[in-house]
Amino acid sequence: MPPIGEIIRNSQIWKSVFRHPMPVDRRNRIVVMLTNFFLHLHPVSIQKQGIALSYTWCMGGVTFFLFLVETVTGVLLMFYYRPTLEWAFHDILSLRDDTSLGILREIHRWGAHAMVITVWLHMYRVFLTGSYKPPREFNWVVGVILLLLTLLLSFTGYLLPWDQLAIWAITVGSNMARATPFLGHEGPGAQLLQLDGVKMITDGSDARFGLLGARFVGEETLNRFYVLHCVAIPLAVSLLLAIHFWRVRKDGGISGPM
Amino acid sequence: MHVSQAEFLEGISGFLGSYYLALGAMNAIAALYVWSSLKKNGLALCWLILALLFVIISPLAYSGRPELIQFISMPESIRNFVDQYMATAFVYSTVTLLSLVVLYQFREFFVKPVVAWLMLNAALLVMGLSMADSDFAAIVTKPDNVPIVAMVFLLGYFTWLATYKAVQNDQRMAQGLEPLEALDQEKVLVWPDLVYIEMICMVVLTAVLILWAIGLKAPLEEAASGVKTPNPSKAPWYFLGLQEMLVYFDPWMAGVVLPSLVVFGLMAIPYLDFNKAGNGYYTINQRKFAYSIFQIGFLEMWVTLIILGTFLRGPNWNFFGPYEFWDAHKVEALNNVNLSEYFWVRGIGTALPKAPEGAGAGTTLLYIVWRELPGILLVFGYLAVMPPLMAMTVFRKFFVRMGFIRFMVMSNLLLMMGLLPLKMVLRWTINLKYIINIPEYFLNL
Repeated sequence: MPPIGEIIRNSQIWKSVFRHPMPVDRRNRIVVMLTNFFLHLHPVSIQKQGIALSYTWCMGGVTFFLFLVETVTGVLLMFYYRPTLEWAFHDILSLRDDTSLGILREIHRWGAHAMVITVWLHMYRVFLTGSYKPPREFNWVVGVILLLLTLLLSFTGYLLPWDQLAIWAITVGSNMARATPFLGHEGPGAQLLQLDGVKMITDGSDARFGLLGARFVGEETLNRFYVLHCVAIPLAVSLLLAIHFWRVRKDGGISGPM
Repeated sequence: MHVSQAEFLEGISGFLGSYYLALGAMNAIAALYVWSSLKKNGLALCWLILALLFVIISPLAYSGRPELIQFISMPESIRNFVDQYMATAFVYSTVTLLSLVVLYQFREFFVKPVVAWLMLNAALLVMGLSMADSDFAAIVTKPDNVPIVAMVFLLGYFTWLATYKAVQNDQRMAQGLEPLEALDQEKVLVWPDLVYIEMICMVVLTAVLILWAIGLKAPLEEAASGVKTPNPSKAPWYFLGLQEMLVYFDPWMAGVVLPSLVVFGLMAIPYLDFNKAGNGYYTINQRKFAYSIFQIGFLEMWVTLIILGTFLRGPNWNFFGPYEFWDAHKVEALNNVNLSEYFWVRGIGTALPKAPEGAGAGTTLLYIVWRELPGILLVFGYLAVMPPLMAMTVFRKFFVRMGFIRFMVMSNLLLMMGLLPLKMVLRWTINLKYIINIPEYFLNL
């Protein structure tokens, strides 16, 4: 009787999933990169120095992995959380006190902080190795937008526990928007936007109102931030991530001395 | 919720003891590495002795008894000195900037592994000694602040690593050799060489996250209340650099214009940096200008401002020393003066120009412009006259290489970036509040 591993690898089910033998020899190590959906993001072979940890710090990869962790824990958290004034805080309380294996929110929160830090370190490394230089200029721009979206993801998520820490941090942060030039009701130039003496920019129509959905951080804000945090920004990030990775390959692969 | 000193030490003793044990282990591993891999016996002995010292003091910390812990606390005199004489935004910014300049200037010395290792040990020791102070511990161990402490050490490590490689490369290239990254042109298969790195990273990271999540609870304060304003009210930590700018600028600048320019400026970097050298390897000498501007922007004006905003700004956004109790009643004199007042009232000796009673809107506006004319001229001069001046003097070569548009974008970005340190210095020296002060139109600069 052959070993059990061999029986599994020779079965029709296994072979239908993995269309090649185990990647133990050179040929199959190449084939695996081309035939596996998750691996085909990579090239088949790569500069040895380009993947040295002391060169790349692995921070881009770590940031992406943290994004996946945030997505998985985020979906699980959505099972337990209702974004309403009545329930938001209570749901977080019961997450802490009643849910079994109650470290879901911890992983999500610390993962989010870590993601902000690793995305900065990734940018730091790319700058210090001059990897933004031609032909990678545009991918650096995509990266800056992703950095901004990471901060906005974290910012919108900060409100959801609906405790004192949350609403006042968002109040302080969003108060800036009321001073947006022309578009904030306390911003320079807003008074110029008048029609027959009627102000177009008021506290009920300015940039801050657009952000909060109200004149102060309230239930509309909670709903708005929830949708931004769970749907809108992750979708935008996913699209830009795809472009970011694709462009790494198209712009000459991982950077090295030109 | 104020606890006595004895209770505080009792509570923190477990952490402190393990902290020193970990430092001991860290140095023991270093000793082992230096001895077995580098074959430097003398150096290995040094790290071993350091490891033993840390192991010896850890029981002092574990005891949790004030009379023992005082031996491993930051001395009272140093703490008082720091709180009394160092605790201003002026000293903080000057000291951090000077440190960065010194580190940069003598980088060949500071990146030596022995020096860097000693500096790491010193930083960790200062951290440990300071943790025995209840006010320091209270702010550093706030759950949301823990990641920032981690970030400081991570940034320190990676800055060292990058500078270490850059110094090596620069020395090689000065001798006409190619950078280290160009030496090994060998290609390897992604399976297994890269996918295994990625998998190990994922496993390690998962372990770290789970341990972190078990060890440190996510913060949850009392239920939100729109009427109970906490003091201080702080934005999320990564925006605290922006909040700190509110000390010097109105929200439209600190919260909208300057952040937008940061994002725009970052995006513009690849199109402004015409230097072809330094692509794909660590170097400083080949791109000194780009390097220093980026580091001033990132390390000094982003990261240190976040640290300032997180750890050193307390109630009413007053500056508190790291060992100082956050007293909500601390009063700081605020007598800042506008440029228009300096000019009209103190300079010429007249009252501020003011439109006569019942004047029309146009006349009133003219009077406002007249009142603020010194500031308007100054800002206009700064933004309109400086770029051509720069192009004709220090940046002559840049202008020729970059062309008109690119140079204008770069010089204006640099000038906007320079506004913050300028405004800081003017505030610290002559208590300047606004250069242009037109509250009538929310236009204060």
